[in-house]
Formats: sequence, C-alpha cells, structure tokens
Amino acid sequence: MESEILISVQELSRFYGQQKAIENVSFNVHRGEILGFLGPNGAGKSTTMQIICGVLAANHGSVSIAGHDIHEAPRLAKKHIGFLPEQPPLYNDLTVNEYLDYAAKLRGIKKEDLTESINLSKERCGLENVGSRLIQNLSKGYKQRVGIAQAIIHSPSVIILDEPTSGLDPIQIREIRELMRELGEDHSVILSTHILSEIQSLCDRVLIINQGHIVLDQPLDQLENSSDKPDSIEISLRNPPALESLLGIEGVASVESINDDTLRINLNSESNVIDAIVEKAASDNWGLFKLNPGDTTLEAIFMRLTHGDNEQPEKEDDAA
Amino acid sequence: MINNISLIAANELRRLFKSPLAWIILSVVQFLIAIFFYLLLSQYMQPSASASGLTDVVVSGMYQISGVVMLLVSPLLTMRLITEERRLGTIKLLISSPISITELVLGKYVGITLFYCLMLFMISLMPASLMFGTQLDLGQIASGLIGVLLLMSAFASIGLFISSLTNSPTIAAISTFGVLFLLWIINIAGTNASEGMAEVFAYMSLLKHYTSLLTGVFNSTDVLFYIIVSAFFIILSIWRLDAERTYG
Repeated sequence: MESEILISVQELSRFYGQQKAIENVSFNVHRGEILGFLGPNGAGKSTTMQIICGVLAANHGSVSIAGHDIHEAPRLAKKHIGFLPEQPPLYNDLTVNEYLDYAAKLRGIKKEDLTESINLSKERCGLENVGSRLIQNLSKGYKQRVGIAQAIIHSPSVIILDEPTSGLDPIQIREIRELMRELGEDHSVILSTHILSEIQSLCDRVLIINQGHIVLDQPLDQLENSSDKPDSIEISLRNPPALESLLGIEGVASVESINDDTLRINLNSESNVIDAIVEKAASDNWGLFKLNPGDTTLEAIFMRLTHGDNEQPEKEDDAA
Repeated sequence: MINNISLIAANELRRLFKSPLAWIILSVVQFLIAIFFYLLLSQYMQPSASASGLTDVVVSGMYQISGVVMLLVSPLLTMRLITEERRLGTIKLLISSPISITELVLGKYVGITLFYCLMLFMISLMPASLMFGTQLDLGQIASGLIGVLLLMSAFASIGLFISSLTNSPTIAAISTFGVLFLLWIINIAGTNASEGMAEVFAYMSLLKHYTSLLTGVFNSTDVLFYIIVSAFFIILSIWRLDAERTYG
C-alpha cells in the first residue's frame, strides 16, 4: 500500500513506575487501512492507544498523526484523532444530542457545520431515534454507539477504537463492523479486540502485542494464504471408532479426543483427507453428524505467539 | 483559547444544573442567609441598637455570614470538578480533543466561579430590597461584594486543585473543607506566637483580607492576595493534570 502514512509510531516505551507496559513499539498505519490490535489482557493495547491519542505521555519514542507530532504540536495532531476508550466517555446526565453537540464543539467543528455533522454521525451509528434521551437511560449497546458517534463526529482521518464491539448484541456487532468497513475506506482505523473473527472479517493488517512487545505485524491476506484448507478439523460421531483406524487414513497427522463423541484431527494440509474421512465415516457407519474446521490460522498463530513457551498441549485425561 | 474555555465553562454550568445538587445548594444557602438577614435586620431595628449604619450592620454582617456558609458549601460544589471526569472516563475525551490542559482547568474554574456569581446575585437581592425604604452605602456594598467574590474564587481554585488529586469526590470534599477551614482560622494559630510570627499567620488567613473589604476599605493588597491564591492553585492544578499523563 503506497498511500499516505497517517499514524507513525516510533520506538514507543512506557513504564508505570518500575513496571514496563510497552517497550520499543513501532508501526505505521496508512490511509485507508484498518489495523487490528490483538493481545491478551494487560499486553499493552490500551496503553499504546492512549499514547497515540495523547492521553498518556510516552517515556521514550514519538507518535505523529497526519504529520504532526502529538507532543510537539498536540492541537494540530489531536484535530485528526477520534478516540473511543475502553469505557465510553459519556456524561450520563446529558441527552445524546447535548453530548454530541459538546463533543463536536470540543473537536473544533464550526457552528455552521454543527447540525450536519451531528446528524451524520447519529445516522451512521443508528442513533436517530434516541437523540433526546438521557444517556444514563440507554442500554449498554446504545451507549457504546454514542461512544463511537463521538469518535467519528468530526470525521477525523485517524480513528482509534478500544474494543468497540464489547457489550453489543450480534446484530449491532454486524452493523458496527459494517460502519467500520465504511470508515476504513478513507480513514485510518486502529481497533483492538479479543475477538479473532472480528479481525479476520474486518482488518487489512493484524498486529499482535504480548507483554509490551510487538510479536507480529503482518497484512492479513499473507497470513490467510494457506487457510483455504484448515490445519485441523473437529468431527462429532455417534459411534466413534478406535483412534487407530483414523490414523490409518492418509494425511491424518494425529488425533485427539475432545469428549465422548468429538475428535480433533490434525491434518497434513496437502491431501484431500477430509473427503477420505467422510467416505470412511459413511462406509463404516460411524454416524457422522457434525464437521467443523478447527483452529483457524490466526487463532493458531495468536496462541503460539502469546502463550509461547508456557503452553502445555492438553494431553488426554488419563483419569477419565 | 477563549472559545474553548467558555465551552468547558458552559458545559460545567449546564451539568451542574442538570443535577439536583446545584438547585438544592442554591435554595439552602438562600434560606440560611435569609434567616441571618432577618435576624440582623431586627437587631438593627431595636431602639437600643448601636450607632453604626444600616449598611454596616445588616449588609456587611450578611456578607460576613455568607463567607462562612460558603466555606461549608464550596467543597460540595468543587469536589466533582475533576474527580467525576476521571470516574466517567470523560477526561480521556477532553484530553484527546484539541484543547490544552490550561484551557480545561481555566474552563472548569470559570464555570464554577460563574455559579458563585449567580449565588451571590441571589443573596444580594435581599439587601437590595432595602433600597426601597432607605439609603444604602453603595460603595461599601460594592467593596463587600468584591470581597465575597474574591473569597469564593479562592475557595474554587483550592477545591479545583484538591479535586485534581483524587478519584473520589468524598475525599476531595473532606480535604477541601479541611484546607479551607485551616486557612480561615490560621490567624488564631499565631496568637500565642511571637509578634512577628503572629503577623505572618494572620496575613495568611483568608478571613483577614476579606474583613477589611467588608468594612469598605478597598486595599489593593487584599485584592491581590486573593488573586495570587487563585492563580497559585490554578497553576498547581494544571501541573498536576499534565504530570498525570507522564506518571499517572
């Protein structure tokens, strides 16, 4: 991607007292790119996002937004930022309209554009019908949407969302994803999430952070190249055979039983092994009733990178 | 700069009046001071009253009492200035917006001071009603008004600073009350000390500079004293919030 760099993060480090939150974090985000920020709890995602927005100051390193250094020229840089913290920053005793009006003015929107930008962001977040309601009376999902609305109200070139879909129901999640995809077309979006499928369906690039270090920074399509065929499958059988008979099928690397009727089969990805398994299940009357792809590539990578050495692969329970 | 300060001040005022707190404080203060006003007035009407004028006894007396009432009420108004922004997380909205911390702190200060002005206006309606029946010393009243206003704005800046130190409104309110009370009675602490020290303690008292303004003595050092106190605590608040980004 050769377009303009909107967010440039260079060698960022931040300590809370003696404790290191992030160390030597560097990355760039281009216009029109959606960056997924992934990591276990306490990995430093929120810290990094807050430093980019100027809410926290870094101990080392620099951040520049659309060419303006957040420390040297905060006013210019912050004009380009829309930020949704983990807890949406809402005044419970204001109505949605009053709140968005205040947020828009804080971001320096001119009087004549005020109504238009408030209406546009309400429309984008599906808030048209709750404009005159008090924020404290809204459900969690609506509060989250108001939080997103304040972040995009000044159509900033950089949108930073910390777990934007937490607390939303599946329909709302889909709407919000749709919105983010739309925003990602001409803005830069950084979003953090725990939900791997969200990254897969939404992001152009994934950045995994663990214990304050970036452990992976790659475009998603490179990661997913090999994912047409899953590395493993999970099958549920009414009459499961002995594990050895499955191992006999060509292309099966190993088999583990997950519970009484469900097995995980790790595959050598080259062959058409799934066909063979299904044929054998039908001919030997195993009673196949479910077949799912196992861990996706991203999930496998995430587990490998974040759990690293202390991961103990689950052995079959001998006691059971 | 001015735009952002007035934006934050306006929001502060709007949110104050959205909660019952502002209304209750306005009405309780009005009620208490009305009682004192009545007592002072009836005392003045008695034949045996001293030879001092109406303005001296009633108006200045009332402003004197207002200062004490404000000492009790002010911590309740300033306790939530910064603590609540932290609790709601809206401090992140403010800091990630293109406004400076100086503008934020000044906006908060202006907002709460405007509320005090309103409160003072409401109180002053009572002595103003005397103007229908008699002549008042308007110069002395003006000087007294300036005195109370300066005192209140000093209270506001101290409360603002203490509110920037903690996450809990209750802790902010109690500490603010402690500090204000200490600064009020500090001149008593000096009574047993040597003459030089007694003067220093007396000079630090918030009360002393205000009493002379009430009696109509407009001394610019008294005015300056309150302005310096306010500016000092405003600057401390700015530093405190700025440091929080690095060390918080």
